[in-house]
Amino acid sequence: MTLALALAALLAVGLVLFVARPFLREPGAADDALETPGEDELRRLALAEERDRALQALRELEFDHRTGKVSDEDYRALVGPLRRSAAEALRAVDAGREEPTGGEHAPDGP
Amino acid sequence: MAELGRAALVLTFGLVVYALAAGAYAAAARRRRLARSAQNALLAAFISTAVAAGVLWAAFARRDFSFVYVANHSALKLPLAYRLSAFWGGQEGSLLLWLLILTGFSAAAVLLDRRATRELLAWVTPVLGGVACFFAFMLVFVASPFGTQVAPADGAGLNPSLQNPYMLAHPPMLYLGYVGLTIPWAFGMGALLSGRTDERWIVATRRWTLAAWMFLGIGQLLGSHWAYVEVGWGGYYAWDPVENAALMPWLAATAFLHSVMIQEKRGMLRVWNMLLVILAFGLSLFGTFLTRSGVINSIHSFTQSSIGPWFLGFIGVVVAFSLTLVFWRLPLLRSKTKLESLVSREATFLYNNLLLVALTLTILWGVTFPILSEAVRGTAITVSKPYYNFFLRSFGLPLLLLMGIGPLVPWRRASLRSLERTFLWPLGIAVAAGVVVIAFGGGSSKIGLITYTFAAFVAASIGLEFVRGTRARHALTGGSWVVAFGGLVARNRRRYGGYVVHAAIVLLAVGIAGSSLYQTVREQKLQRGQSMTVAGYTLAYRSFQTKQGPNSTESRALLAVSRGKHSLGTLDPGKNFYPVEQQTSNEVAIRPNWATGEDLYVIADQIDADGSVYFKVLVKPAVNLIWLAGFVFVLGSVIALWPDAREERRLAERYGTAGAAVRA
Repeated sequence: MTLALALAALLAVGLVLFVARPFLREPGAADDALETPGEDELRRLALAEERDRALQALRELEFDHRTGKVSDEDYRALVGPLRRSAAEALRAVDAGREEPTGGEHAPDGP
Repeated sequence: MAELGRAALVLTFGLVVYALAAGAYAAAARRRRLARSAQNALLAAFISTAVAAGVLWAAFARRDFSFVYVANHSALKLPLAYRLSAFWGGQEGSLLLWLLILTGFSAAAVLLDRRATRELLAWVTPVLGGVACFFAFMLVFVASPFGTQVAPADGAGLNPSLQNPYMLAHPPMLYLGYVGLTIPWAFGMGALLSGRTDERWIVATRRWTLAAWMFLGIGQLLGSHWAYVEVGWGGYYAWDPVENAALMPWLAATAFLHSVMIQEKRGMLRVWNMLLVILAFGLSLFGTFLTRSGVINSIHSFTQSSIGPWFLGFIGVVVAFSLTLVFWRLPLLRSKTKLESLVSREATFLYNNLLLVALTLTILWGVTFPILSEAVRGTAITVSKPYYNFFLRSFGLPLLLLMGIGPLVPWRRASLRSLERTFLWPLGIAVAAGVVVIAFGGGSSKIGLITYTFAAFVAASIGLEFVRGTRARHALTGGSWVVAFGGLVARNRRRYGGYVVHAAIVLLAVGIAGSSLYQTVREQKLQRGQSMTVAGYTLAYRSFQTKQGPNSTESRALLAVSRGKHSLGTLDPGKNFYPVEQQTSNEVAIRPNWATGEDLYVIADQIDADGSVYFKVLVKPAVNLIWLAGFVFVLGSVIALWPDAREERRLAERYGTAGAAVRA
């Protein structure tokens, strides 16, 4: 009984110290704000997702064409709009990169 | 040491309450150190829960019957492996296993996703903490496995049906699946709470969902094989409520795995995906409730207990909380794109989703109807096999067909001309297969004929996908065909892993149709020296013997088996009597034919005092394809799960987490 309780107490102390570790390592952290992506960062992310989707669609079309699932006629009709939307997405991402980001970034904690 | 187990669980409860409260406050008030501390609490909760589980396992290993739970679920003569698996033989241990896996998965999610999904994880932490709170609360205040007593001389033993090697793996696999579905749900809720409804939560949980779904699938197949070899009624799935309880979340997760691809590729179905992840998790909780509440009579509900109302309340809270969040964030979940054509790959995914959800809900209705009818009218009206079989055929066969159609249809839209070309070979092969099935007498079952024809269509469609893909890759890169094939699979692991899983479903469909629609059953009472003939097999009853096993008395009837003039050896079906548990189990004898996949399955149904035995003999064509499907299923899942470095780099670039692991 005593041994079990002693082990339990030891376990409790160890785990509580582990939980308190971020505060023990940085008792007076100047910056305690959790990273919050700003509007610009969220917009950049949305554009990146759009770009990846457009490029993926283009890759899928090329592959479906090569494997014979898409006929030459269908390919010619589909590839133009997909290329345009991929180019637009790439341009939008590049334009977004050039603008300053408004996100608040905090250093990674312990 | 029971005090240590109890204290460890109390500690877990405190830690997960802290993870919930501090985590929620930290996420709302944007406190970095507090959020980190809440995440540490989840890690610590895993350690304390592991200590509690270790104490219980040690008590089973030491045969410490001063633990009430150990005394109720084991005995002195129970072999060590079954004493250890008795951990999950009852309600309290099962709840502890749930909590152990949940805290383990939560800790893994915190460690693996800490950098890549930092702001999302701030909200995921309290959600996971909330789920863990419920299970820790149950274990501390309602159903503790650490109750003690004056140790009796021997324990009550373990249900004989659970004394089978499959029981070492079947429940943990199911629980890995049930609990694994908590992670995608928690990330989905985290996304809604944080307002980050982009694809980040889907990317972070892709492999969690796939792994949980794989474990749930393996668990069910192990359970089916256990029922087949151990329960001794000649079948592998009886539409038992608890079997259905595992099938439903698996079907919902299958729908989710398909529909998230539409969100990733087209930005569509955002609300639908949230609803599916809620459905899958809700059904996994419901599955645990059914297994452990004792609300339904089933061989799986080994305990009648009072945890039912708690579980129902928790499921209600989870569903209400989740739906409220979806409703709140509806404006953020609207899709910008729409379906371009009803004949496209994404449309086939949508049809697949509708059929999967329809099948899930009809099974759910079948499971809950007896409970509802008993609650309302005082009499439980059982929903039996014909109901389930009808809906399995109505929704399952179109689903099987869609598995073949999907790969042949391109994304966005398809013209009639290209469809004619891609469908030609699979359709031709399907028709040829149908003719062969009829020629071999398979036309006696229309459903069997349709299943085999559809299966041939899907197999041809999958085969063609591999052939055409390899050819295209070879034309692009040159080199050997093997390298082209390897490159094709390696560069598109999810797609081709998925096709391998589809091949497993084809084997499963053929195995189920063959073994259920074309099986032969014969029952006959034989005296020693007499014989019977079933589907070309001759079984001659030679002798009867009884011997003492480690914890049971084993009675066996010896049968000499032959086919035509060829001797096929002997079979020894019988029964085991377990004196401690005062129970008898059927011990069936099976002779597989590996060339055809057929089983000769013999049950010694009734053994009379004069040595005569009432035999039930089943010949089950293609049944072994079901178990083969299990291996193919695992292979496909592992291919799909295997990390793809290029995809991870691409995602790291997208999310601006270069250097951090973004799991694709």
